[in-house]
Amino acid sequence: MNLWTNPIQVIADWLMQIFTGWGLAETLASVLIDLIGIVFLVVFILILDVMLVWVERKVVARFQDRLGPNRVGPFGLIQPFADIIKLFIKEDITPEGADKVIYNIAPVLSVSSVLILWAIFPLAPVIIGVDLNVGVLYLVAAGALGTLSIIMAGWASNNKFALLGAFRQVAAMISYEIPMIVVLLIPTIFAGSMGMLGISEGQQGFWPWNWYVFLSPLGALIFLISAIAELGRAPFDLSEGESEVVAGFHIEYSGMKFGWFYAGELLHAFTFGGFWAILFFGGYNFFGLEKLGPLVSAAIVLFKAMVGYWVIMWIKYTLMRIRIDHMLAFNWKFLVPLSFVVLMVTALLNTLLRDAPTATFILSMFFSNVIIAGITIEILRRRSRSGREKVEGQASSGVKAT
Amino acid sequence: MTILFLIIAIVILASAVMVVTTRNLVHAALWLIVSLFGVAVLFAMLNAGFLAVVQVVVYIGAIAILFIFAVMLTRREMRGHGKPLNNNWWISALLSLLTFGGLAMLLSNWDGFSQTPADFPSDFDGVAELGNALIDPNQFVLPFEVASILLVAALVGAVYIASNRK
Repeated sequence: MNLWTNPIQVIADWLMQIFTGWGLAETLASVLIDLIGIVFLVVFILILDVMLVWVERKVVARFQDRLGPNRVGPFGLIQPFADIIKLFIKEDITPEGADKVIYNIAPVLSVSSVLILWAIFPLAPVIIGVDLNVGVLYLVAAGALGTLSIIMAGWASNNKFALLGAFRQVAAMISYEIPMIVVLLIPTIFAGSMGMLGISEGQQGFWPWNWYVFLSPLGALIFLISAIAELGRAPFDLSEGESEVVAGFHIEYSGMKFGWFYAGELLHAFTFGGFWAILFFGGYNFFGLEKLGPLVSAAIVLFKAMVGYWVIMWIKYTLMRIRIDHMLAFNWKFLVPLSFVVLMVTALLNTLLRDAPTATFILSMFFSNVIIAGITIEILRRRSRSGREKVEGQASSGVKAT
Repeated sequence: MTILFLIIAIVILASAVMVVTTRNLVHAALWLIVSLFGVAVLFAMLNAGFLAVVQVVVYIGAIAILFIFAVMLTRREMRGHGKPLNNNWWISALLSLLTFGGLAMLLSNWDGFSQTPADFPSDFDGVAELGNALIDPNQFVLPFEVASILLVAALVGAVYIASNRK
């Protein structure tokens, strides 16, 4: 065991020697080392978060045919720090009539509901906060805390637009949680484990055929859609619809408190890009490169997370915002039934083909998804055609009557 | 471990008291969330990770959020002005004391009361054990299926009531 093959353990052992050398008890020293690890991880993530502001602004600029930040530092790299200084020196307003304590807790809870997700984020087999055997459910539980922070912000602001925005966002989050939970069971079925490490290990192999995106492309797609709804990003950003509710649940927040919501949203998007990569795109597995060492694995995961984040941004800056009733109908009448069908077919095939050779297993899984997608599209086409005929029939009979 | 347990127990009890004494309904719901979260932490301390996470998902993610929704959507003034206690408070105090005393007596007679939980072996997968137990005909498959049918019936009933078909 050396610094290259297991860096965290080596550093922890080294710190342990130092602390016990000072005469600390071993339990106290291990608690201290864990605390240092947590602080280090959180600081790393928050610095990453600062750079995400730059990435987001640069990418949206490219999508909108602009240059983006390019004045402060090379490629505008120092721009986010200028933004932060600006946010810090702005006046910090707590509106009169706001519920002060809840109003001030909400942004903190918003960021921490994202930060706790990194506790189960497997950067490498040996670099993971804790390998919970209920990791998949932990993902959903952290989302519940995020919902809570939004409802707290919306209510405590004592502003009708904030409350309306929070209502919309929470309605979206609790309904899109259902397809997300159902789809999260698909990697669980394949890997036979709910832990993030188990799911990553289930996708090992030189070629990416074992990645669950090939076994369940529909599952990966549904996870992405419900993750975007959970994030509250376009096309599901009804909570911030400028023309209707001005800025939604964070309308009253200014300065760094708004900054926390903004940073939390960006980090949330990046984190979900990462979980998309872990659950469906092989995690730290990438053409055998992960065998080089845990630091290479961590780089691979962060790269894949960045690609997932880019896809989420791509969708955000391409699509229009959709109406709330369309959004809820899309979830309850389309995504929920579809995700249940995909789950049932996957579970059934997984049991039937347990002893089949790998190639048969992968091919039949893939084609079962293709068939489900084909049937879904055919049903949708028939429904929209009959709906259109109904409308056209009404229109023509109306013309005859006059 | 004992210190941690004491801190969490105090937090749970204090927030439970706040739930019933605060005059603001939304604050009461939020204190309830703190209390339920404390119970989740207790589950986690007892090596019951699955129960802890499910506690957060179900009680905080669904039930408490629905509470807050219902409270916010009602048109009543959210701050009550009446006295929080009525003349029957001593009956409920007596009843809860009796319940507490009875539970404490029952538990102190149980021989597992003074034992500390044993650590699981490192390869023990509690979730897999639970899953197998739930679908094992010799164990809990019947209650599990009955609960599923109950939930499906409730779901169908809710959809039927909500649908505005003439």
